[in-house]
Amino acid sequence: MQRRKERVDRGIKVRSSDIFALSSWREMLYLSAPRLLPIFGLLLLSILLSQYWQRVLLSVSVFALLAISWDILAQSGMVSLGQALFFGTGAYLAGNMNHYFGWPPYLTIPLATIFGGVICTLFLLPVLRLRGIYFSMVTLVLPLMLVRIIEATRIFGGTEGLSGLDPLPNRWVELYLIIAVLLAALFGFRRLMNSDYGLVLKGINDNDRSVMNAGINIYWFKTQALFIASAIGAFAGAFVTHVYMFVGMPVYALDYSILPIAAAVVGGMGTLAGSMLGAFILVPLSELLRGLGGLRIVFYGLFLVVFTVAVPEGIFHYIQRKYHQFERWVEVK
Amino acid sequence: MFAHTLVYGFVNSIILVLVALGFNLTFGISGVANFAYGALYIMGALVCWVFYNSIGLPYFFAVVLAVAATAIAGALMYRFVLLRIRGLVLSEVIATFGIGLALLELFKYMGFIGFEYSLPVFIDTSIEIGEVVIDIQRVIIVLIGIAMAGFIWFFTHHTRTGLRFRGIAQEERTALSLGINTDRVAMLSVSFGGAYAAIAAIFVLPLGTINVEQGYSVLINALAVCIVGGLGSTGGLVLASFLIGYGQTFTVTYLESHWVMLVPLIAILVILVIKPSGLFGEQKELEERI
Repeated sequence: MQRRKERVDRGIKVRSSDIFALSSWREMLYLSAPRLLPIFGLLLLSILLSQYWQRVLLSVSVFALLAISWDILAQSGMVSLGQALFFGTGAYLAGNMNHYFGWPPYLTIPLATIFGGVICTLFLLPVLRLRGIYFSMVTLVLPLMLVRIIEATRIFGGTEGLSGLDPLPNRWVELYLIIAVLLAALFGFRRLMNSDYGLVLKGINDNDRSVMNAGINIYWFKTQALFIASAIGAFAGAFVTHVYMFVGMPVYALDYSILPIAAAVVGGMGTLAGSMLGAFILVPLSELLRGLGGLRIVFYGLFLVVFTVAVPEGIFHYIQRKYHQFERWVEVK
Repeated sequence: MFAHTLVYGFVNSIILVLVALGFNLTFGISGVANFAYGALYIMGALVCWVFYNSIGLPYFFAVVLAVAATAIAGALMYRFVLLRIRGLVLSEVIATFGIGLALLELFKYMGFIGFEYSLPVFIDTSIEIGEVVIDIQRVIIVLIGIAMAGFIWFFTHHTRTGLRFRGIAQEERTALSLGINTDRVAMLSVSFGGAYAAIAAIFVLPLGTINVEQGYSVLINALAVCIVGGLGSTGGLVLASFLIGYGQTFTVTYLESHWVMLVPLIAILVILVIKPSGLFGEQKELEERI
């Protein structure tokens, strides 16, 4: 007797139509479990972890935010190689407002988020018409250039940076603030990308000319996407500035550009949740590999290569597909 | 002072030509933006150093072996990684960037940092041009740079393989229908790019030490020159090298050495905003902007 594995997709009705989903507890759980998992997972982790790993969770969340911001840009047809631009701008804005004007963190972080978004959007506005690899090159160059300018002109503390900034009240506030923002960003922007508005952004990625043909001003939409993404990045930067009580040239470092991309590639692009999952895999992994020192970045590089070549869809898409499938062995007749 | 700047600016420009030729060749032929180029450059120099200092081969053989090794590395990279993601620009960029990152950080981890990692100059004397004293190594660089640029031109216009190169650069599908194995030609172009990187490294790096960090700045310089000149255009590459090279030298002389790094970056930004295809690039408006 020969057997084969049969795969059946769960009916689209179960996934989409909400009245049907209410038919049984099982169906409700089937729909809500993937949504509840990150919420309760993060809350549980924040309570159970030791103080050291709470710090790790903090930086995981920061990188997850950056990865989500990268993913939003990539879904709107703009592939950025320089998330550090957003991160660093937010960090420097918050640092300067705190250092020179003495404003408290609960004022500087929101201000840095909004103005960081505005400033980065203005920076990239002239090159918004560029497509594909040309846009990527500009984003790769900008953070490098800003570092050099800061180094050469010695503004904002120059090579030493600004230290002794105000901290957030205590570590619980830090932790729950970033978790709340991360979850809000994840669910909020997933919802946004599934709405008609997000459909336009995705359309720009798929075929910008046909979106123009539909009478839609794509530059305006791209500007908005850019603002959303850079505001998220700027928030992450401003937050980290106040956590470490320091801002300096490292905020424009390559790490903040590479890791989000790596996370999105490993986790799977186009869903935001995939990028977040990637960050939750890569950052703790790099923490575990800390003993290897410089070899860590070697592994990142290899991860990037292996995942782009071997698992181009990413982990999340794989899991998602399996979740919606029944698998069973059937007899071959 | 001014004559001095002119001469050294010329040398600097030729160095940029030499550094960018390989990147430009690969991109022009196969359309792969090889972000691992800086890593291949450093790899060429380090392999040469290992063959010469650790194994003790004569310098000439060490150079030949290093160039061959880098060319093979480029070919392997194409065969096992790039071939599978050909045409997906984002994946190409991420994969080559990953390879470059892994290689450079690996070199750093293996401890190739320090003054002892420097290649010997070929002839250790200097001559005077007018009132400017210049060492022979820089003269050799200028000659090699001109020779390599000339060789590329000759190769792509008068040899069978070179004509195939240009064939797939112009229209890959048509080339395929005429019996050209486009995958093999593209692989050759990546491997040629690697060989050029190694040659550039072996001639340029005796001026200083082999510094892994240079891998990144070489990549940026090569990118800058190619973007400003127009990706895939050799004439534009030379012109752009002279613009950026003289820009850098004048910056060092009349401003501060801090600002040198900014010259290529600003050049990239300005050209991308004004004319993204570069000075001499074919106007491929549909691909680069909307």
